[in-house]
Amino acid sequence: MFVNSYNVRTFAANLKQGIFNPVRMRINTFKSITLFAIFFAVFNVSFASEIKEAGDDEKFDPKEMILHHVKDAYGMHLFDFNSHPVSIPLPVITYTDKGLTMFSSSEFHHDYNGKVIVEKNGQRFVNVHEKVYVLEEGATSVKYDAEHHPTNAHRPKLDISITRNVFMMWVSIAVLFLIFLTAARRYKKSDDNVPSGIASFVEPLVVFVRDEIARPMIGEHKYKRYMPYLLTIFFFIWINNIFGLIPILNGANLSGNIAFTFTLAAITFIITTFSGNKNYWKHIFWMPGVPVPMKIFLMPIEIIGMFVKPISLMIRLFANITAGHVIILALMSLIFVFKTVAIAPVSVAFSLFITVIEVIVTAIQAYIFTILSALYFGMATEEAHH
Amino acid sequence: MDLITPESGLVIWTLVTFLILLLILRKFAWKPILGAVSDREEGIKDALASAEKARQEMENLTADNERILQEARAEREAMLKDARDMKNKMIADAKDEAQEQANKMIEQAQAAIESEKKAAMAELKSHVAGLSIDIAEKVVRKELSNKGSQEKLVEKMLGEATLN
Repeated sequence: MFVNSYNVRTFAANLKQGIFNPVRMRINTFKSITLFAIFFAVFNVSFASEIKEAGDDEKFDPKEMILHHVKDAYGMHLFDFNSHPVSIPLPVITYTDKGLTMFSSSEFHHDYNGKVIVEKNGQRFVNVHEKVYVLEEGATSVKYDAEHHPTNAHRPKLDISITRNVFMMWVSIAVLFLIFLTAARRYKKSDDNVPSGIASFVEPLVVFVRDEIARPMIGEHKYKRYMPYLLTIFFFIWINNIFGLIPILNGANLSGNIAFTFTLAAITFIITTFSGNKNYWKHIFWMPGVPVPMKIFLMPIEIIGMFVKPISLMIRLFANITAGHVIILALMSLIFVFKTVAIAPVSVAFSLFITVIEVIVTAIQAYIFTILSALYFGMATEEAHH
Repeated sequence: MDLITPESGLVIWTLVTFLILLLILRKFAWKPILGAVSDREEGIKDALASAEKARQEMENLTADNERILQEARAEREAMLKDARDMKNKMIADAKDEAQEQANKMIEQAQAAIESEKKAAMAELKSHVAGLSIDIAEKVVRKELSNKGSQEKLVEKMLGEATLN
């Protein structure tokens, strides 16, 4: 549905211009690929859940393993040593009726089944599938309903814990600072602006964002205003996509987390809405150049489209990155599902293949998010050309 | 469902982190990098423009030189022509003058010759007259030495000198 309404807008725009814009065509191709990836991801998840139903609880459960890897966690698990998990403890910060409470995630002792109870600030905290719950007064252990939801515990009002995703996000911005502030200093040092060292690596990427994304999408006169945002979002998404692929970081799946993509998409939406000019709003509420019944017909579609655009951004990035992780993990799970090493070469070969594709996807997804954001800014600031 | 529900904690941290990242990179990274890149591009553009200008000037200079050379050649040509004309005129003038002079001299010579001739003629006449008188005197003297012939002559003369 999202894709269809977007296409209607594109179609209307093409009708109006009387030409077929190759850039929009290309984006539509990307959209089909994304859609395919979402289907693929759904297929994989359902595949994984079938496996679970087949075995019993004691056996290896690929779905649980995969979801635990893909989702957020309170501690940064690195590896197991002598069957003992080794992880970086991270602070758990919650806000409840009794105010702010903070304690180390190591106090859960790697438990995420609600068995270890941490008493802080007169409250009892448990970790149920990497979600902190506060036990109600008098309760000493967690009770679950049929769907495995706690019945005698509730989520804190606000859970602003430094989870592994937040931790990795901070690592990523530290790396970004290191790269780009060093690069910027390189230019200051040289008196004729010749890039050297890391600057010569960074410059083509920055120029790419400027010349291939911002300039064609927004236009020569207005692109400069959006450059900082586009550059930041491009490198922020890209580096977090890459970090998601590094095994020792245990698949901190930040860019495959809907909260992350939601935030970035929301920022794009806010910028688009606030930079919308008269022409942009006119195209939404009273499409020029078409008959009146068509105007009335297009208005609700355009209004939906206004929101669908950032939602599609959010889902695209989330689904692509999560799907990649799910596929790799599912392929590796085959070894444990079939309980034989014989399948290992196949698993490794396939997951290597997918990983190589994922390396490309990291850049492509960052590029798509950025170019679509730029396209929306371009639409919002486009002047009437009649 | 967990997977597709944005968690408020991560949303807050993402927002805070992203804004910090954006502000710091905008000030300390994007501005200097983009500034340097566009400065350099401006520099290259300027350099190309000035090279083009220099080429244009060079072309103009060559054209000027060509023009000046052409002019100089034309001037030389004109000067040579003038000189030739002047020479011809001078020669012609000299010739004319010489002719005139010669004519005058010839005239004078002729006049001198004429007057010399007249003087000579006059002298010759007087000589001839004296001579004639002498001859006539001698002839007459001889003729009149005989009486008969004297009378005859007188007769004849009288016959000739008819009284008219």
